Amino acid sequence: MFQLDGKAALVTGASGGIGAAIARTLHGLGASVALSGTRREALETLAAELGSRAHVCPADLKDPAAPDALVAAAEAAAGPLHILVNNAGFTRDMLALRMKDEDWQAVLDVDLTAPFRLSRAALKGMLRRRAGRIIAIGSIVGATGNPGQANYAAAKAGLTGMTKALAQEVGSRGVTVNMVAPGFIETPMTDALSDAQKAKLSEAIPLGRMGKPEDVAAAVAYLASDEAGWVTGATLHVNGGMAML
Amino acid sequence: MSDIAERVKKIVVDHLGVEESKVTAEASFIDDLGADSLDTVELVMAFEEAFSVEIPEDAAEKISTVKDAIEYIEKQKAA
Repeated sequence: MFQLDGKAALVTGASGGIGAAIARTLHGLGASVALSGTRREALETLAAELGSRAHVCPADLKDPAAPDALVAAAEAAAGPLHILVNNAGFTRDMLALRMKDEDWQAVLDVDLTAPFRLSRAALKGMLRRRAGRIIAIGSIVGATGNPGQANYAAAKAGLTGMTKALAQEVGSRGVTVNMVAPGFIETPMTDALSDAQKAKLSEAIPLGRMGKPEDVAAAVAYLASDEAGWVTGATLHVNGGMAML
Repeated sequence: MSDIAERVKKIVVDHLGVEESKVTAEASFIDDLGADSLDTVELVMAFEEAFSVEIPEDAAEKISTVKDAIEYIEKQKAA
């Protein structure tokens, strides 16, 4: 089940905690992976760890021309893309009253517009080959909202709508488009929280712990697999039961 | 038949997987050749690539038959 031998995947944001776990998991199932991100060194380290079938494709998704170039580079390195994981994203949190246009736009550009451009570029080949998997990494806050994250929540909710629209456009060609929406995941970002804060957070999670990057990666692997061929336009919530949507 | 017409027909045959004899000048991509809306977009993109022309969305919408495509591309290449 869930084998990905001979398939090529592009994972954006692979230098981050969740992105690296996704890349490791897809690679472990047999896929060739193109690792993208802005930090070349972190990507090189991950590629060295994975060994063969791992390719470093740095890109700065703030650049409007980067997505097309990245898909071309990934296909040149790893082969025709079967899987695109739109994982890259960042936050710039502050209450809306203090949020400047620039803070709003910067998050929308990378977290929503870049995934659209990457999907558009990757779809060309997928449609021709009559097969493909596009998977967006959303967030629980795209469904629930979160104070201080008007920009991020809007971008992630936007990805949900985009996922559903694309799923309808390309379903007839055997290409599926889905989303994985993580809740609180242990990453360098959440390491900054105190033990007391973490304990309080865990109380709100029926499964009683924060998530691990691997919890998210396993959901991505399922949606990337042939076995998920009849699932499209869906959002798989991976949040320990914190929000049952 | 012009070189452009031959190449357009070949692209249509390859993309839609239809018999060459069905790809007449008057054939409508959707009504006669079984294309759906995504096919027509993909065909326009294939024409753009093959002939190095840009076909804007409003022009693309008017290309519904093989002849429409040939005439549009011939006009662009002549310009």
